[in-house]
Amino acid sequence: MIRAVAAMLLAAASPAVGQTIAFSGATVALGDGSEPIQNGMVVIQDGRVVAAGDIRMKLPAGTEVIDATGKWITPGIVAGFSRLGLADVDLSAEGASDTDNNGPFSAAIDVAPAINPLDTPVAVNRADGVTRAIVAPSAGKSIFAGQGAVIDTGADMDPITAARKFQFVELGQTGSEKAGGSRASAHVLFRNALREAAELQRYAPKVEAARGGAPDERERPVVRNPNESRIYGPDARRSEDVLLTRFDAAALVPVLQGRQYLLVHAERASDILQVIDLKREFPSLKIVLVGATEGWLVGDKIAQSGIPVIASAVNDLPATFEQIAATQSNVGRMRAAGVNVSIGMIDDNDTHNLFMERQYAGNLVGLQRVPGATGVKWGEALAMITSRPAQAIGMGGEIGSLAPGRRADLVIWSGDPLEASSAAEQVYIDGVRQPLETHQTRLLERYRYLPRTDLPQAYRH
Amino acid sequence: MSNKVLLGAAGAALLSGCTTTPPSAPAVRINEDPYPSTYVRYPGVLTVIRHATVFIGDGQQINDGTVIFADGVIKAVGGPELASPAGALEIDGTGKFVTPGIIDVHSHLGDYPSPGVTANSDGNEATSPVRPEVWAEHSVWPQDPGFSRALINGGITTLEILPGSANLFGGRSVVLKNVPGRTAQDMKFPGAPYGLKMACGENPKRVYGAHDEMPQTRMGNIALARETWAKAVEYKRKWDKYYKDGGDVPDRDLAMDTLKGVLEGKILIQNHCYRADEMANMIDMAKEFGYKITAFHHAVEAYKIADLLRDNDICAVMWADWYGFKMEAYDAIKENIPLVHNAGACAIVHSDDPNYIQRLNQEASKALSDGIRAGIPNLSEAVAWEWLTRNPAKALGILDKTGTLTAGKMADVVLWNGDPFSDYSRPEHVWIDGAEMYDANNPKKRPVSDFELGQPGEGDVK
Repeated sequence: MIRAVAAMLLAAASPAVGQTIAFSGATVALGDGSEPIQNGMVVIQDGRVVAAGDIRMKLPAGTEVIDATGKWITPGIVAGFSRLGLADVDLSAEGASDTDNNGPFSAAIDVAPAINPLDTPVAVNRADGVTRAIVAPSAGKSIFAGQGAVIDTGADMDPITAARKFQFVELGQTGSEKAGGSRASAHVLFRNALREAAELQRYAPKVEAARGGAPDERERPVVRNPNESRIYGPDARRSEDVLLTRFDAAALVPVLQGRQYLLVHAERASDILQVIDLKREFPSLKIVLVGATEGWLVGDKIAQSGIPVIASAVNDLPATFEQIAATQSNVGRMRAAGVNVSIGMIDDNDTHNLFMERQYAGNLVGLQRVPGATGVKWGEALAMITSRPAQAIGMGGEIGSLAPGRRADLVIWSGDPLEASSAAEQVYIDGVRQPLETHQTRLLERYRYLPRTDLPQAYRH
Repeated sequence: MSNKVLLGAAGAALLSGCTTTPPSAPAVRINEDPYPSTYVRYPGVLTVIRHATVFIGDGQQINDGTVIFADGVIKAVGGPELASPAGALEIDGTGKFVTPGIIDVHSHLGDYPSPGVTANSDGNEATSPVRPEVWAEHSVWPQDPGFSRALINGGITTLEILPGSANLFGGRSVVLKNVPGRTAQDMKFPGAPYGLKMACGENPKRVYGAHDEMPQTRMGNIALARETWAKAVEYKRKWDKYYKDGGDVPDRDLAMDTLKGVLEGKILIQNHCYRADEMANMIDMAKEFGYKITAFHHAVEAYKIADLLRDNDICAVMWADWYGFKMEAYDAIKENIPLVHNAGACAIVHSDDPNYIQRLNQEASKALSDGIRAGIPNLSEAVAWEWLTRNPAKALGILDKTGTLTAGKMADVVLWNGDPFSDYSRPEHVWIDGAEMYDANNPKKRPVSDFELGQPGEGDVK
């Protein structure tokens, strides 16, 4: 097995340069909200998508053609909100989880160093077609959880697609608890934190507006060095009455500058409206709502604000007092109101079961046939687990769809991928075909047949 | 059980009939049903569903099937040739599927209800690892909004509510009809035997070990359970002797009453147990003290000992793909359910969760397709439906009453708007004892709990 892992890592680390691969004959869904295309084709080269869909193009000599007739091809699933790579085991297993953040820092925490690409859940989700994940830290003592990353699930030692892509803050029930027991306390803590960041901001370099064709710094996939050295320097003076450590305050400077996204967890309708008000008060903030179980009650307001939502798909229980109006039609209704909605799994087996997102998406499709419910069309449901979460954090140009130029993350499925009964048969990340073997598949091989043989099961490997 | 005339309350000596009984005969009998079911089925109409695909629940499938029920029971199931009785309500099931109502053998609805606040957290009496005296029904809050979701989205018609797994002996379970009631008694499945929740493994040793109490280890789990069973055997011997020979009334012990019921075969063991090696230990313990284990719940490693489970006639109650959330779930595999089935053992899909209970059909679908992909033979949708109704009914001791679409059984029936093995399908109608409890086309045929009245979203589709 050691040899197998080593070979796996080596293979994954070396994509064939210049090699073009064409997948033909499959039902192709682009992930951009459009409906699937029969007998489509996908062409990739050098880890990027060249073309996909109902295309007829001359393939370069030497193109490897993979016949996917009868199969489905989609972009890899992008787990919209997760803790993937942070825990191999959640409970009572010392050293197997990095989800607690009860140290002295909050906003300064950067989740990237904790990601372990060899965690079994990374492999299990890869084998089920999840190719990227938005990974957030969990809040410890503060309402600020810290900075989250976008990762790939590839079988290699380079999981980070974008580090420090966003700051994550709790402003609902959890925020209330972290702040001492009230939402009022959480909001004043939040404003104070921005005040402290604003003090340091003047020592940070200016953000230049986009000029002509030059890429806007704010749209760069990676916030480069968000903790600018000058805001730690001796000239960077602070007021006497500070609550945040210097690191934490400095980490909020890019949030304040609009160079780093701010993911805000809120479920209750009134909490969501408060978050929308924050956007008015601090227009530079690039807010994304997470959770939003009661979003449908204020869908028009969210739509007007332009704030994207990474929602939990099928919450329909008043599981807490901030989710009293929960319904599975929430996503469909917000979408109908014009909200940019994608699907995430906050606090829902978010270290392990990201593969369930496609089942959730399928359930939203099914709601179209339930009288009184608001469902989602198939193409849009797929987009909610591929391109929409990527767009929500400004990475739609890189991942989440099969548009030309996007990273070649794609999955060949045995059938309709929004049916949980379908399986991923081939998975590509950055154009590299991935191994689908996991701890689980190895156990299946070992215990497939139980009758006693010449040696114990431990010798079957 | 409820028709039997049972005398006596806890510990109270009633001397009825003393003039006609010999002086040495027992004057006191323990009332085994002091909180009897008050469930009464609601009225239904003579109903015929035609042209539907029917999963009987016993592995059989009828295409273009006909299902007839009236007076609360299934009257006939067959093909298109089956004649409709006069005056029947006919439902065209073309393109739709009919199944027995799904039975979840592992739920905490009512004892861990929504909203999940401390005030309503009533699933674990974690004050001692041995608490067979507590009864889950005394925690069940019938206004838990989760019951209605399980009905309308999940097609759940029967469910077993279990105490949690903090304790080695967690207490008695209760089997409920998923029909809203004012009291738990209003929901109690008439004639269903009690279960006793036991637990292996991590949870009891974590809960008590953290306070330096026994059990702190797996060997502590077993030792304490054995000591308890040894006491129960002695308790039963005293009562058996008293019932036979009379004499002094033995001291009443509510915890031991439950264990005595297990030893007499009246109460079924529902044993939370993940790991293969621990299940084997529990099987030996059952043999040591002379009781039977009905089912292992969360049996994540059942596939490693499927032959042992078959040989001991124990059901394995499983998830399709939950894994890794704790060490004893580390070796979960997606083919667990079909492998157990293939070994000839009794496989069951369960939820343990107020969300999963709404999609047990989809969980079965994943397990079925994973099994087929692994090359496990003789699997089909009709066969997989056994994991959702027939086998669960067997594990609850109610297979003679429900779990398959068989003439004479309770008319617990779901009409799905498509193949229930698809993510796109939902219940369109749900009948319990022949009474229509859900109609997707009629908002008035959708239960709303007291808790939700006057709240945003009251009566909404959920």
